[in-house]
Order: sequence, then structure tokens, then C-alpha cells
Amino acid sequence: MPSVTQDKNPKIGAGILSGPVDRDLPDWFREQQGAAWKKFESIPRPTRKDQPWRFSNVDLLNVESFNVPGPLSDDDRKNILKYSIGLDQVAGRMIFANDQLVERTIVSDDLKKRGVIFQPLERAMVEHADLFRKYFMSTEATLGSAKFAALHQAMVSNGTFLFIPRGIEIEQPIEIFHWLRHDNMSIFPHLLLVTDELAKVTVVEHFRSCDRSAPGFACGVNDLIAGPGAKITYVCAQEWSANTVALQMNSTAVDHDASALSLNLNLGARYARFEGLSRLIGEGGRSDMLAVAVATNEQEFDSRTLQDHISARTASDLLYKNALDDKARCTFGGLIRVEPHAHFTDAYQKVRNLLLSDDAEANSMPGLEILADNVRCTHGATSGQINEDEMFYLHSRGIPTKVAQRLIVGGFLNEVIQRLDNEPIGAHLNQLIDRKFAGN
Amino acid sequence: MKPQTKAVDIDRNIGDFHYEMAYAKDAGHGLSEKTIHFISDVKEDPDWVREYRLRGLKTFLEKPLPTHWASKDLETIDFDKIRYYLAQGGGTKRTWEEVPEDIKRTFERLGIPEQERKFLAGVEAQFDSEAVYSNIKKAVGEQGVIFVGSTEGLKNHPEIFRKWFGKVIPIGDNKFSALNSAVFSGGSFIYVPPGVKVKHPLQAYFRINAESFGQFERTLIIADEGSEVTYMEGCTAPKFETATLHSAVVELVALKGAKIQYITVQNWSSNVFNLVTKRGLAHEDAEIKWIDCNIGSRLTMKYPGVVLKGRKSRGEVLSIALANNGQHQDTGAKMIHAADETTSNIISKSISIGTGRATYRGLVHVPKHLKNCKNNTECDALLINATSRTDTYPAITVRGTGNAVQHEASVSQVSAEQIFYMQQRGLTEAQAMSLSVNGFVNDLVRQFPMEYSVELKRLIELEMEGSVG
Repeated sequence: MPSVTQDKNPKIGAGILSGPVDRDLPDWFREQQGAAWKKFESIPRPTRKDQPWRFSNVDLLNVESFNVPGPLSDDDRKNILKYSIGLDQVAGRMIFANDQLVERTIVSDDLKKRGVIFQPLERAMVEHADLFRKYFMSTEATLGSAKFAALHQAMVSNGTFLFIPRGIEIEQPIEIFHWLRHDNMSIFPHLLLVTDELAKVTVVEHFRSCDRSAPGFACGVNDLIAGPGAKITYVCAQEWSANTVALQMNSTAVDHDASALSLNLNLGARYARFEGLSRLIGEGGRSDMLAVAVATNEQEFDSRTLQDHISARTASDLLYKNALDDKARCTFGGLIRVEPHAHFTDAYQKVRNLLLSDDAEANSMPGLEILADNVRCTHGATSGQINEDEMFYLHSRGIPTKVAQRLIVGGFLNEVIQRLDNEPIGAHLNQLIDRKFAGN
Repeated sequence: MKPQTKAVDIDRNIGDFHYEMAYAKDAGHGLSEKTIHFISDVKEDPDWVREYRLRGLKTFLEKPLPTHWASKDLETIDFDKIRYYLAQGGGTKRTWEEVPEDIKRTFERLGIPEQERKFLAGVEAQFDSEAVYSNIKKAVGEQGVIFVGSTEGLKNHPEIFRKWFGKVIPIGDNKFSALNSAVFSGGSFIYVPPGVKVKHPLQAYFRINAESFGQFERTLIIADEGSEVTYMEGCTAPKFETATLHSAVVELVALKGAKIQYITVQNWSSNVFNLVTKRGLAHEDAEIKWIDCNIGSRLTMKYPGVVLKGRKSRGEVLSIALANNGQHQDTGAKMIHAADETTSNIISKSISIGTGRATYRGLVHVPKHLKNCKNNTECDALLINATSRTDTYPAITVRGTGNAVQHEASVSQVSAEQIFYMQQRGLTEAQAMSLSVNGFVNDLVRQFPMEYSVELKRLIELEMEGSVG
């Protein structure tokens, strides 16, 4: 069990705006938390007039009412274990609820024997302090959420540290669950993944709430570091409760000849903002950024991305697809940036919105900033509705409207999921999408 | 067609000269309420215009510079050093002979009367703050077409002028439209009566002659039901050491079934800040088309827009920008769909040479419960040198299920194979490059009136000189 002095701490159970909780963590870490808290307080709240927050419903970012969770009961732990069902076959698994470790299992021999580190943060920061400090929160949040990245750093108490040594290839995915339990709780999920040369790994994260309507706040940071020639696949299935406000700041660094592929499935939350930064720092690096969203009711998904080509001869490919129903809103703000001298860049960016209702709204801001001349950069954005011919075809086969709609939307989104080229994970994601359509 | 080509040859060198002028009316440097009263007194503005100007000034002072999204270069404009009104006095002349000698010399160098004789239906020339020469061919005048300076428009045709003035672009639209509302002077007022199709283009020339001067022309074009008109503007200024400001407001109103085509060839010298607000209002079945070429200036910020207010109205922006060393062409388009079955099309091509930076910024808005609206946006950028830069920042909002919007952009460089092919046919690298670039913009340029397409090709050739090797 984590050696956290939670029972005696006065800030446990208090609002998150009362500041960092005094936990039993290393001094350097707590100092950083104090500094991050000051930073959080000094940065003003974003307004819609700030370019990175254009179209975003910033009023929902009032975090005042959310609290620091107290210890979980044994019943909670038991139930969370029971419902943490994801993939059938995994190499290892960690389950967190309210930022407390519920379970850690290691199945794969690779993980056990060959120097792979798969630890909760609180242990990693002590046992592997040098490695951990080198990479922990090392990338600045530049896509608008500097304030919330600071909040995360001030409040983070747990998460996953995964290090894959040189040449190790882990075939089965590693699975991580983050649960929100009880009303008005806040969590700060963290993933730090470092791969050494030629290592290969797949990580699947599940973000879930125990209660489908409980208000909650999740503010997560992921750092994925792909060493030379390494290959990272990262998948996140976001299913927060319908009243959760979520912010997620992910950054990926891709070294030479490495490749990183990420796929974010957005199904839950009242408001979910995702910031994805991909930095291509070595020649021959490649980054694929994929996302799928099904937005219903008053849901709002706000995605901001940056494909930053720092080194020459790098490639990036972004594909975001949103299906919007009811009064849902989706905003996409993406930028391909080709730094000076990053010649022979090949960058692509595409966002497609499928509007299923008259009240749905899609905002697209696909951007390019090109500072080198020998490049190939293209982007596209489309917004449209279901093709009437396709609908007619399905009707004529006796398929009712709702089902036909579901089929067409499923096909539309499946194009992104197929890019994963991983049958079990793809099937799992499609299952989650179907479940959302079915309304449960 | 050849002589006409010659006539519109306003390459940068031809524009780079200025005369020492003794200005009869000079509002001095800096901007305050006094400046406004000075301008209003000189122009004998009616009270409502004076009040409008004062409101403009207030809004201008209140609004911050839009540097949270726009270039920080804007901060280098010193609004206290700019001269807001300069005129020779004596009103607008109807015949070329009446125009004062020194001003005449300037415009003769630019080829104005020559062009008028050749093919234009009317021409207006603005020197610093005021229109110095305005004429409209008799035949067009007899059809009831009004083509005068904005000052004359608001004095002699208040019933039409006041109805639409400031309605398409309100004072508070942005900081620079507010500035223009405060100190506007010159520009054109055009009214085309119902059903009249003006065969030849109407043309205006804008010339900045004085150092540290700000030109704030205001143009209002109203095409009544079923009418058609094409308007062309060209602009030049000498190369001064200090920054010069050009901040125009152009409003177009196309009533039911009318067509307006507005063509700009902007070739300001490289010390000019060109911050212009242009917007058209298209009623039912009307069509507004902006053809916008930006070649000169230090920083241009211009996003011609169309508000598609009436059913089945159409809006189009064709934009070519060429950014050479030290230039930033921040151009684009806005399409606001506000009725069913409205369509809009944006095609933008930019070329960045040397350290030049070309930016496309676009806005497409399709609100709720509209049916069968369509937008198509294409932006292509060409980069010539390793230090060249290009950006694309579109913003697209779509609500509802009845509409289709697509946006596409690409960035590329001139293909080495193309250059090689041309070189082995005996062309120099520079010639080959120039040919490639002209090929890149050709499908757009072809849509321009002949005279302008030839001029534009020449300008591109000139800009390309010395960009390779």
C-alpha cells in the first residue's frame, strides 16, 4: 500500500484550490509542487479571446467545486477491480482510482526479467530518481493549458512510470485504468513512458468514472518519449462520466528513426479538452496522431494539436474524425509547424466532422506554419452530413433509420481505428463506440 | 490588347518617386479630437458625420491592437507620428486640364488619363487624403451611374449614402475600421441603378505622396437590383524611410440579383502598413467577387469578406499574395453564411520569396438551421527559398446537417524536375523559376480581366528577379 499520510492530512477532502497536499514524497518533488502551485496561481484563467481557447467553453473550467479525494474503502477497491475490464490479453496492468493504486499485475516475462520498469510514480520517483527526474514534466505545455499543466504538477500524486530498455519488444499491450470515484472528486493521472533505442511497446489507457453522472475533474499529463528507432503505440479510451470536466495534455518526442502512434477515443465527459504535441526531433522520425469522437447531448470536445517538425526528414500524419449529435460541439485547432532547416518534411493533417443533428456544431482550425522550403505539407478539413444515397440504400434494405445511421457512422469512424492495425484493441474500441450509440 | 498592357504597367520602380508639395490643408501629426474637428471643418461635414467620426476615435482609442493573434510588427506603428489629413485644396477636378500641374505629373507617370481614354468607364484618382480627379464617361453617367468621391457622395447623395454607410462594416468591427471611421477621407462612392450593367470597369488610383502619412479612404459601392459593376483599384507610394499607414474601409452592397466584382492590385512600397477592412453584403441571388492581389507593402492585413444575407447569394474571394524579403502578406477571406442555399468559394495562392512570409487566415461560418449552404476553400502556398515562410490559419464553424464545407491547403516548392526540364531547353534558372511561379498562379490569374492578368504576371516576374542563385 502506498505510504501516504493521508489520514492525518487536513487538505485531504478539501477543495483543490486550497493548494498542494503535503504527502510523503521526496523533497525535490515537493519543492517542484510548491513552485508549480505558484505558477498555477500566477497564470490568469483562459478566456475565449485567447487564440488557443477560441471557440472553447472556458466557463466550464471552474475547478473551485472539486475536492482532493480521501482514501478508498475496501468495497470501492473490490468493485473497481471487478469493473476494470478492458483487453483480454495484456503484458501488465495498473489500476488507479482517485489517484490511488488499486492493483498492479505483471504478466509478461519480458517485463519481469529484462530491466523493464513498470511502477507507480510514488515508487519510481524514489527508486529511479535520476531517470525519472530527467523526463518528468520536461516539456512545457505550449498549446494553451500552461495553467492546468502547472495545476497538474502541483497536485499529481500518482500515475505510471514505464521504462523499456534498449531492444526490448513487448508484444502484448500494457493496460492502465484511471477511475474517478464519488461526486466532485479531482484526479491528476500521469503517464511517463520512456523507451530506449529500438524498444517497442503498446500502452492502452482507460479513463472511467464509477458513477455515470457524478461530477468530477480530471487533469492529466502524458509524456511519451520514443528513443532512436523505438516504436510506441498509445491508445486512450476516454469514458468519463457525463458531468466530468477533463483536461489532458499529452506530449510525444520522437527521436531519429523512431515512430509513435497515438489514438484517442473520446466518448465521455461534459467537456474534454485534449492537447497533443508531437515533437519530431530526429531524422527519420514519424508520428501518427489519430482521434475519434462521438459527441452527444451537450458534450464538448476541444482538441488542440501541434505537429512540430524540428529535424529534417520527418513525417507526421494526423487524422481526427468526429461524429456529432444533439447539441454537441467539437473544436479542432491543429497546427503543423516546420521549423527552419527541417527540410524534407512530410506532414499531413485531416479533420472530418459528421453532423447528425441541426444543433450540433463543428469548429475547425487546421493551421500550417512553414519555415523551410523543401517540404510537402497538406491539410484538409471537411464538415458534412450523412450521404442521402447511402441512407436510401440502407432504408431500401429494410434497415431502420437509427440503425442505418449507426452503421454509417461506425464505418466513418472505423477508418481511423483500422489505422491502429491491432485487431483486439480495435475491436475493443469499436465495442465502446457501439455501447455509446446504444445509450448505455 | 497590347497598348492597354502598357498602360497599366505600374511596377514598383515607376511608383517610387515623390514631389515636394505645399499642402494647403494639413492636420499635422498625431490624432486627437482636434484632428477630427479639423478634418470635419475642412470637409464641411454634416453634424452626423462629425459625430460618427468622434465615435470612431473613441472606439479606436479603446480597442487594443490585435497582437494576440496578429503580427507584433503592428506595435511599431507610432500613431502619434502619423499625419492624418493632407490635401491640396480646391476640390475634385472634372477634366484632366484642371488638375494642378504637380499632381498631374504624378498621375501621368502612373498612366491615369491614358488608361481612361483606352477602356475605362470612369476613373478616380486620390492623392494623399483627397480625390483630385474624377471622371465618368458620358454614356455611363447618362445611365444614372454615380461615381464620385466619398465626400461628394455623402454631400450630394445623402439619401443613398447614409442608408448604407457603416452598415456593412460597423465602427467597432476592429481597431483599424474604427480609425478609418474617425479620419476617413477620399475613396469612391458608386451607385448603379436597377438593371444597369456597366460594361467597362470603373477604376480608382490611390497614391501616397507624403512621408509619415496615413491614407484612410472609404469606399461604398451599391449595386441596385439586377445591376452589374466591376471596380478596380491600384495603389502606389514612394519608398520612404519611415512607416506609412494605409487603412481603408470598403463596403459593398449587392441588392437582389446584382453582381459586384472588386479587383485590387496592391503594390504599395515596402514601408507601408496596409491594414484594410473589406466586406460585401449580398442580398438574394446577388454575387460578390473579390479579386485581391497583394504584391507590395511591409505588412498587409486584409481579409475581404462576404455576408451572404439573401437566399442563393454567392460570394467568392480569389487571392494572390506575393511576399518578398521583409514583407508579410497576411491575407485571407471571410464568408458568413446567413441564408439558405448560399455558396462561397475561396481560392488563395501565395508565394514566399527570400525572407518573405505569406499567411492565409480564413473564416467560414455556417450557423444553425440553414440548408444547402456550401463552401469550398483551397489554399496553396509556394516557397521559393530556404528562409521563406508560409502559414495557414483557417477557422471553420458549421452547425446543423444541411450544409457542406471543405477546406484544403497545401505547401510545396517549385519542383526541381520542372526547373531542370526548362533549363535543358535553354532557359536560365531564374527564367525557369519565374515561369514556374507564373504557372502556379496561372489558373487564378486567368480569371482576371485581361489587363490585370498581364500586369500581374509582369509584377511577378519583377519580384522573382534575383531570388534564385
